Amino acid sequence: MRSWKLAKMSMVFAPRLAESAPTSHVGASWSPYDNNGGTCVAIAGADYCVIAADTRMSTGFSILTRDYSKIHHITEKCVLASSGFQADVRSLQKNLDARHQIYQHQHSKQMSCPAMAQLLSNTLYYKRFFPYYSFNVLGGLDNEGKGCVYTYDAVGSYERSGYSSQGSGQTLIMPVLDNQLKSASPLVLPPRESSTPLTESEAVDLIKDTFASAAERDIYTGDGVEIVIINKEGIRRETMALKRD
Amino acid sequence: MFRNQYDTDVTTWSPAGRLHQVEYAMEAVKQGSAAIGLRSKTHVVLAAVNKASSELSSHQKKLFKIDNHIGIAMAGLTADGRVLSRYMRSECINHKFVYESPLPVGRLVVQVADKAQVCTQRSWKRPYGVGLLVAGLDETGPHLYQNCPSGNYFEFHAFAIGSRSQAAKTYLERKFESFMDCSKEELVRHALHAVKESLQEEELSSANCGVAIVGVGEPFVILDSKTLQAYIESLEGAKDDQATKIEVEEERNPAVIERQDVSGGGGVGVGAEGEGPSDMET
Repeated sequence: MRSWKLAKMSMVFAPRLAESAPTSHVGASWSPYDNNGGTCVAIAGADYCVIAADTRMSTGFSILTRDYSKIHHITEKCVLASSGFQADVRSLQKNLDARHQIYQHQHSKQMSCPAMAQLLSNTLYYKRFFPYYSFNVLGGLDNEGKGCVYTYDAVGSYERSGYSSQGSGQTLIMPVLDNQLKSASPLVLPPRESSTPLTESEAVDLIKDTFASAAERDIYTGDGVEIVIINKEGIRRETMALKRD
Repeated sequence: MFRNQYDTDVTTWSPAGRLHQVEYAMEAVKQGSAAIGLRSKTHVVLAAVNKASSELSSHQKKLFKIDNHIGIAMAGLTADGRVLSRYMRSECINHKFVYESPLPVGRLVVQVADKAQVCTQRSWKRPYGVGLLVAGLDETGPHLYQNCPSGNYFEFHAFAIGSRSQAAKTYLERKFESFMDCSKEELVRHALHAVKESLQEEELSSANCGVAIVGVGEPFVILDSKTLQAYIESLEGAKDDQATKIEVEEERNPAVIERQDVSGGGGVGVGAEGEGPSDMET
């Protein structure tokens, strides 16, 4: 009787997570994290910002769903795309939403993108010793209406830049973006670090091309890409299909 | 009467079985300037008389947004009201975080009532000196509740609290049966008529009253002074004309609280400044 109860308890307190990719570690035990894969990209323009993420959610070598959105609208002018462990991502999104509501009650206005960027950084560092397994890209319009992109690591270190990518396809996409968007050399003056010269439709086309390329070689990226465009008119959404293999 | 002997502590009963401190707290509500609420099948409207203590100061905020689907009007010690509204906001946010759905109005009202009751049974506390009219929308439709300092709560079709509220209540009692089928514009006009009764001699204008609406498909919004003035003007032109529709540009920005005539740019809630340090009660 007692051993049955103990067995039941151990099942409750040590649930099996979805299988991770096969490894050969002896004595591997339960991990609080899992990686659901996926890639996020953002590009900031003079008066727009494009944020995109693929829609595949995977675990190990399996696909959980082909149609999952990694993009979250936090404010009217600010959108968060996150790859990594989607349970942590969801929790982080809810946390930011609650904090944004409080801000709106106190200040009678929405948070600006730079303010949200700092809040996200603080929220991530708050869990420095049990981090959100979430690789974030925040995009939107700053207080002057110019596009801004902020890129993060899992514990909140962040930087404003003109473009960024995070996730499993990061290493495939980033060099392409560098090639297309980065100015010749950091020594060239004036330094252009916050914006790209591309037009909105050029940026969207570039994103579609980069995702199609990443989906070729990165097994965790594919199925579809969700593209969100923020400009002074508002927020617009586009989707594009990707290879499903 | 024995009233003065048994009214020092909130925890002391009088021989007549009353808690005088609680009743004095309700008196504070009656001293505040009027707040009015009324509802239809689809909307709830709150209106408040804004009293400025002098021409130099701004008037007290009496209408607060609690969540997209709930708002309150208060009468009495507005400082107590601000504290309660902070609590209500926090409860709504926590509920939405855990359950990913809006907190039903009735539940929030009960939580506030229980909080108020605690202050009637602790010798080191005092009752809240503010009465709330809670307007909200949930799955069961639009609701209007009143919260008392005593810890009681009631649901109403229409009600008014604060000073000279009896005049407004008389108007509401006369007209309430027609409220259920009113359109939004008609409901706001009824609310403004009720406010007019409370104001009596004074001229109704967007400077001395405030209106807020919540309804099916419409998040809680406090009308800005331009829209409000348009409604007030329509009162004169369409006293008995039910069919008059009004063309208004309400700023439908659900995430932002709209303020009217607040000088000094004070924020809502924590650290709110800009309101003069004059009367506690409005």
